[in-house]
Amino acid sequence: MDDLVTDPEAGLLPEPFASWFAEKGWTPRAHQLDLLARARAGRSSLLIAPTGAGKTLAGFLPSLVELSGMPRDRKGSKLHTLYVSPLKALAVDVARNVEMPLAQMGLGVRVETRTGDTPQVKRTRQRTDPPEILMTTPEQIALLIASKEAPKLFQNLKVVILDELHALVTSKRGDLLALGLARLRSYAPGLRVVGLSATVADPDALARWPMPQGTPEDKADLITVKGGVAPDVRILEPEARVPWAGHSGRHAFASVYEAIRQTGTSLVFVNTRSQAEMVFQALWHMNDDGLPIALHHGSLDVQQRRKVEAAMAAGVLRAVVCTSTLDLGIDWGDVDLVIHLGAPKGASRLAQRIGRSNHRFDEPSRALLVSANRFEVMECQAAIEALRDGAQDTPPPRRGGLDVLAQHVLGTACAEAFDAEALYDEIVTAEPYADLDHFTFEKVVDFVATGGYALRAYERYAKIRRRPDGKWRLSHPSIAQAYRLNVGTIVEAPMLKVRLVRAGRSKALAGGRVLGEIEEWFIEQLSVGDTFVFAGQVLRFEGLREAEAYVSRSRTEDPKIPSYQGGKFPLSTYLADRVRHMLHDEAQWRGLPGEVGEWLGIQKARSVVPEAGELLVETFARATRFYMVAYPFEGRLAHQTLGMLLTRRLERARARPLGFVASEYALAIWGLADMGAMVRKGRLSIADLFDEDMLGDDLEAWLDESMLLKRTFRNCAVISGMIERRSPGKEKSGRQVTVSSDLVYDVLREHEPDHILLQATREDAATGLLDIRRLGDMLKRIRGRIRHMDLDRVSPLAVPVMLEIGRERVGGDAEEGLLADAAEDLIEEAMGAGYGGSGARGGGG
Amino acid sequence: MRATAVPERVEAEAETVRTVGLCGHEVALDPAGALWWAAERTLVVSDLHLEKGSSLARRGQLLPPYDTAATLRRLAALVETYLPARVVCLGDSFHDRRAAERLAPAARDTVRALQRGRDWIWIAGNHDRDAPAGLGGEAMAELNLNGLAFRHEPRAGDCRGEVAGHLHPAAKLRLRGRGLRRRCFVTDGARLVMPSFGAYTGGLNVLDAAWSPLFPPRGFAAWLLGGRGVYGFPARLLLPDAA
Repeated sequence: MDDLVTDPEAGLLPEPFASWFAEKGWTPRAHQLDLLARARAGRSSLLIAPTGAGKTLAGFLPSLVELSGMPRDRKGSKLHTLYVSPLKALAVDVARNVEMPLAQMGLGVRVETRTGDTPQVKRTRQRTDPPEILMTTPEQIALLIASKEAPKLFQNLKVVILDELHALVTSKRGDLLALGLARLRSYAPGLRVVGLSATVADPDALARWPMPQGTPEDKADLITVKGGVAPDVRILEPEARVPWAGHSGRHAFASVYEAIRQTGTSLVFVNTRSQAEMVFQALWHMNDDGLPIALHHGSLDVQQRRKVEAAMAAGVLRAVVCTSTLDLGIDWGDVDLVIHLGAPKGASRLAQRIGRSNHRFDEPSRALLVSANRFEVMECQAAIEALRDGAQDTPPPRRGGLDVLAQHVLGTACAEAFDAEALYDEIVTAEPYADLDHFTFEKVVDFVATGGYALRAYERYAKIRRRPDGKWRLSHPSIAQAYRLNVGTIVEAPMLKVRLVRAGRSKALAGGRVLGEIEEWFIEQLSVGDTFVFAGQVLRFEGLREAEAYVSRSRTEDPKIPSYQGGKFPLSTYLADRVRHMLHDEAQWRGLPGEVGEWLGIQKARSVVPEAGELLVETFARATRFYMVAYPFEGRLAHQTLGMLLTRRLERARARPLGFVASEYALAIWGLADMGAMVRKGRLSIADLFDEDMLGDDLEAWLDESMLLKRTFRNCAVISGMIERRSPGKEKSGRQVTVSSDLVYDVLREHEPDHILLQATREDAATGLLDIRRLGDMLKRIRGRIRHMDLDRVSPLAVPVMLEIGRERVGGDAEEGLLADAAEDLIEEAMGAGYGGSGARGGGG
Repeated sequence: MRATAVPERVEAEAETVRTVGLCGHEVALDPAGALWWAAERTLVVSDLHLEKGSSLARRGQLLPPYDTAATLRRLAALVETYLPARVVCLGDSFHDRRAAERLAPAARDTVRALQRGRDWIWIAGNHDRDAPAGLGGEAMAELNLNGLAFRHEPRAGDCRGEVAGHLHPAAKLRLRGRGLRRRCFVTDGARLVMPSFGAYTGGLNVLDAAWSPLFPPRGFAAWLLGGRGVYGFPARLLLPDAA
């Protein structure tokens, strides 16, 4: 690595930095000096290091050193370094960390943040009078490059620091950033990029991502810091037994509280926002010691989040319950323990979350994993073993979306007229778009201009027009205004502000402190007087006025809680594979906690435990219905798609399917015909049923009517600018000025099935909500390796997914009781008599 | 986690059209969203909102420009089926005042062909108060025919024998654990509100407050448009949106 550095002085710290390090009693780390040397040689770098390695300082040090040697009264834009992070909170946190050494060394360098939360006045000023270092997000970069001031603003830009790059490159936000980066390079030739990343599966691919493709310098120098001490990770063994199904982890709350009580500072990670609310609420109820425990998730009001972050940094909190908003590298000061509630879903994800504990590099991080159900016990164990092996399962950088490209093309025109050929040449330097062919690019430009329809109906409404000089120019300034409202790639469910007022004031709903934002669909299902948990308290719904929901504090302890929406991330292919192997290896599962060994033992006796490469399919009858349960372990999304396709086939085979339910691990289909008997009589072939050819015509036919595809289309339509974002205040006239994307989808599919936006939708569906690619890989893998067991009753392995049937939105005590009864019956049937009682321990296998 | 019901074969009666009583008359509800009054050989459709796509395109949303063609094609199919003596377009036939001018020549020809050999009535709507220029047909504020009044906006309060549009009714149900939202006819036997017919027209839930001046609470039925039939449900079985 060092052959690049010829000047022996290049890696040395100049004054006042050397003294500052000395005063602190710190020695610069090797990779920090390495980055400094490479920066001096004008090289771009990708630093891959585990949490706690001083990554952020390493990234900023070269910029600080360079700025300290520059004259104060430079001509033109002062903007020297752009720092881009996927999270607003991270930008704020890093700004705080960088300001400290700047102030202590008296460098007089200005650092500012710019996010969606920055006041408009400040954002406007930043465009003409920027700081030396600007901390921002991909959306803000898109906004900045779409402004007329962009060429001036970025003329002196030297460095772009991309933090948490591994997280950015897997999303459409990454596509947007890559395009922005390509633009910045043309404003500021010679731009240096510093990528900061956690450990990933394919570092070389990531090193190419920030660099201009198709040029000699198409790969950043790779600097890898090996991990520190191996983490100490254990599965929590709660007092109560691990449930068969569900995701709440409620059985373990008492043990979680105990762990918090015995530890200095803990971070409690959960997978969804509603789960965060529920866990926080439960912890408060058992908080007899009055421990300072806080809540942090993306829907809470900014002020409240900042307060929690500051309190945590000051070390006054004992625990924070949080979601993925805190997944990434925010410096929390000293965290002694990470508690992960629910399955981690991926080995690398778990490693990153565990890295939150103990930022001291040379001490082991401590973590406790809490499995919410029995399959999750295996998943947690698989993740711990993967961690021990240092295995990584981060997804590769994605191919760029055409909807994001359309947004970028319009943004380009908002800044200045563009030449299509020059723009194409620039776009293909962005790594996600390196393979973009010219024909597709032309179609995208045409889409931006007039919608790209075969019927040329909208020439006179064109958003951009080609002028006699050959350049594309915005037709009207108002289009730039509309663009600014639509920028970004995150299409959220519509949100409503939640305001706290006094009870019984429904007549005069006004004012009140903002607690945060909540999804519109959730508020709409409430009636006045309903209670729910939000912002860590039980609230009573008082009414809705315009785009705001009014609530008061409630005394009830039994609120109506947002229903669980399922984990956001599907189980990684790598972990799934490990779980399948574990399932087959009896020696491994015998030692698992939470009665898992016993459960699998009975499964072995009553059905079969499949081999790692096999797909187990069980059929059995129960009550008046017949069931087929398969165990592909490919994640809920792929299972849902499989379920849709299988039920179509079963219908054709006259098995009269009625419905199905998919979990992360299994799929259960039920119907009126005895599918086991059909197989015995040769009227149904399991091998044919699971044949790969289902991804052909059946898939096409199903996609045409799939709600998931319509949702995917909606996202593409919003991102590409075909449909405007719904914004608060516009709702009143909504019926007149907006058209449901479902109707648009139907019309477009019928009249122009090859339209570029439908192409973008299908590409998204392959990896997104439908996970078709993963399903295809699975079908290939299990070909000729399906093990069918025709059983006389439900098997133990089937119980968890059977319990998911009818689980949705159960309200009230009576229904809860009914559900509980049903569950007891099911367990007893699968495991043998005397097992069903909630207190009883089973008689073994 | 959501149990997904497989769409089952519609267990409906064989006929696709349902006949309902309206102030002593029998009118048929067609699943395409049209009303057929056989005794008067009259076909009624409401809220075509032709050229809504191009109307939104003017404001920067370049939606697929096929909505007018799609709407007219469905209307042509109905005309061919029923061979009506009279077609009543119940207002908001055009999305805005200039919409008729923007019709493509082919669409204009289609409309003229449909008008041939029959009476064609454009009832005025709030989107299209004036008669469409150069398109044939007769423009009216409302049409009274044999005891039934055909107008665009329903009148508040008790109003017997009214057939109106304007509100774009839609109803929501939960069937076998699965939510389902469809355009619908709404009637209490004295008044009938038509579903919107245009390809880009959305729906307003019939439990919305806007409906309360028109029908007694729970005292009406919604006839949902299915693919093959029209299905009636009493108001008490319907759900508000997002429930």
